[in-house]
Amino acid sequence: MTEKRVIDARGSFCPGPLMELIAGLKMMQVGEEAEVLSTDKGSANDIPEWVKKVGHAHIGTNEESGVWHVTVRKMK
Amino acid sequence: MKILIVGGGMGGTILANNLARRLQGEVKAGKARITMLSASDRHMYQPGLLYVAVGSMAPDELYRDQRSLLEPCINFHVDPVTEFMLDANQVKTQSGRVFDYDVLVIATGSRMAPETIPGLAENAETFYTEETAVKMLKTLREFKGGKVVITVGVPHKCPMAPLEITFMLNDYFKDRGIRDKVQLHYTYPIGRVHSLENVAKWAAPEFERLGITYETFFNMKEVDGATKTLKSEEGSEVKYDLLIAIPAHRGQEVVEKSGLGQNGWIPTNRTSLNMEGRNNVFVLGDTTNIPISKAGSTAHFEAETLGDNIAALVKLGIPVREYDGKVFCFIEAGKDRATYAMFDYNTPPDPKAPSKALHWFKLAYNKLYWTSARGLL
Ligand SMILES: Cc1cc2nc3c(=O)[nH]c(=O)nc-3n(C[C@H](O)[C@H](O)[C@H](O)COP(=O)(O)OP(=O)(O)OC[C@H]3O[C@@H](n4cnc5c(N)ncnc54)[C@H](O)[C@@H]3O)c2cc1C
Repeated sequence: MTEKRVIDARGSFCPGPLMELIAGLKMMQVGEEAEVLSTDKGSANDIPEWVKKVGHAHIGTNEESGVWHVTVRKMK
Repeated sequence: MKILIVGGGMGGTILANNLARRLQGEVKAGKARITMLSASDRHMYQPGLLYVAVGSMAPDELYRDQRSLLEPCINFHVDPVTEFMLDANQVKTQSGRVFDYDVLVIATGSRMAPETIPGLAENAETFYTEETAVKMLKTLREFKGGKVVITVGVPHKCPMAPLEITFMLNDYFKDRGIRDKVQLHYTYPIGRVHSLENVAKWAAPEFERLGITYETFFNMKEVDGATKTLKSEEGSEVKYDLLIAIPAHRGQEVVEKSGLGQNGWIPTNRTSLNMEGRNNVFVLGDTTNIPISKAGSTAHFEAETLGDNIAALVKLGIPVREYDGKVFCFIEAGKDRATYAMFDYNTPPDPKAPSKALHWFKLAYNKLYWTSARGLL
């Protein structure tokens, strides 16, 4: 198991958590996981929606004290 | 204390001038020395490329001699760094020289990387360099009508450029009297037309009003020049007659080659601007991995924070403040109207309706930039 890559997008209005994830995935290997940290509630919907559309895997989402942790696995 | 600034663009230049003024006494007394290494003897005002691409600014208007922008006490060398040797507190340069430092600032910017998408470099017009902006202008002049597709890669510098070039093209074709023969189609990587929610809320109805079609969740995958088709990671395809792209960016090769950060993005503390794990290395502008806009204003505000902190390190031995994530961007909404967005880590932007006054202010800033680079504004 490789370590999860953390993409800390807290406080990111522009480009925002999903764009940070898209950029981050370009630097990852297939099978690797990223955990996006976001203070924007919208990310809990945006990220899984995009991930499904493009064919990566949404592993899970949880919220801890106003920070959403969205975990994604790169599939292609 | 030897302060070495690598990169003579927007961030590096503002910081160097800021420090030269604050540390005047220390530099005179031989207690501080400010050196800048850059890759060019000219300084380009990059936002001007947008205007060059539509023929409203000439390329030579974008440049000033870099030395002329710097305070005289700054040691300036056009000698790009070829290796960062952080464990030894040294950098090696193209001429073979080795520079030592006590404090290093890396401000080497970012560059578009169209080669990362098959077919993009050969088939798309871009405007992120002088050469490609001039080429785009020539193509636009020849264009008689058809479908123009504007497409956007992630990450890229200047988050407003995709919207701005689209609105400017709308006016460009109107002025040439061929807007009715041109279909403008905009694609964007996420689920709305701009990363800033409030900007997207304003821009989408504006697109509809102007007859500009758009497709969201569209990340470029490849371009087939033979059939003039752009394909997305999401599985959709769009045909074009003229493709205009803002390709995904990378930091400079030397950053990645020296092991400072993947794809040239340097892991940077978002408030202290220290390179992660390095107390005497700071990072500024586009080349950080901080999740905020890669924009001149970001580099500017970061440079002001670092100016305060590095001067304080020399005078007091400690930094004095944190960077709060502040960004300010003008947004051109056509050839004669503009608005702006301002935000930081804690405050979302709230753009107002575009106005002529803000457009004139942006045009004035295109000139005022040089005062800003000199650290006077
Ligand atoms: C078309 C376009 C429109 C834009 N519009 C806007 C706008 O409206 N508003 C806004 O805020 N921003 C805008 N920007 C973005 C803005 O120009 C950049 O974000 C800003 O210049 C970044 O500053 P920087 O100091 O990080 O890098 P840069 O200004 O790019 O400077 C990098 C410097 O590093 C030097 N360098 C490179 N490699 C080396 C090396 N190996 N050794 C030493 N030196 C090196 C280069 O010569 C250069 O001097 C726009 C950019 C473009 C292309």
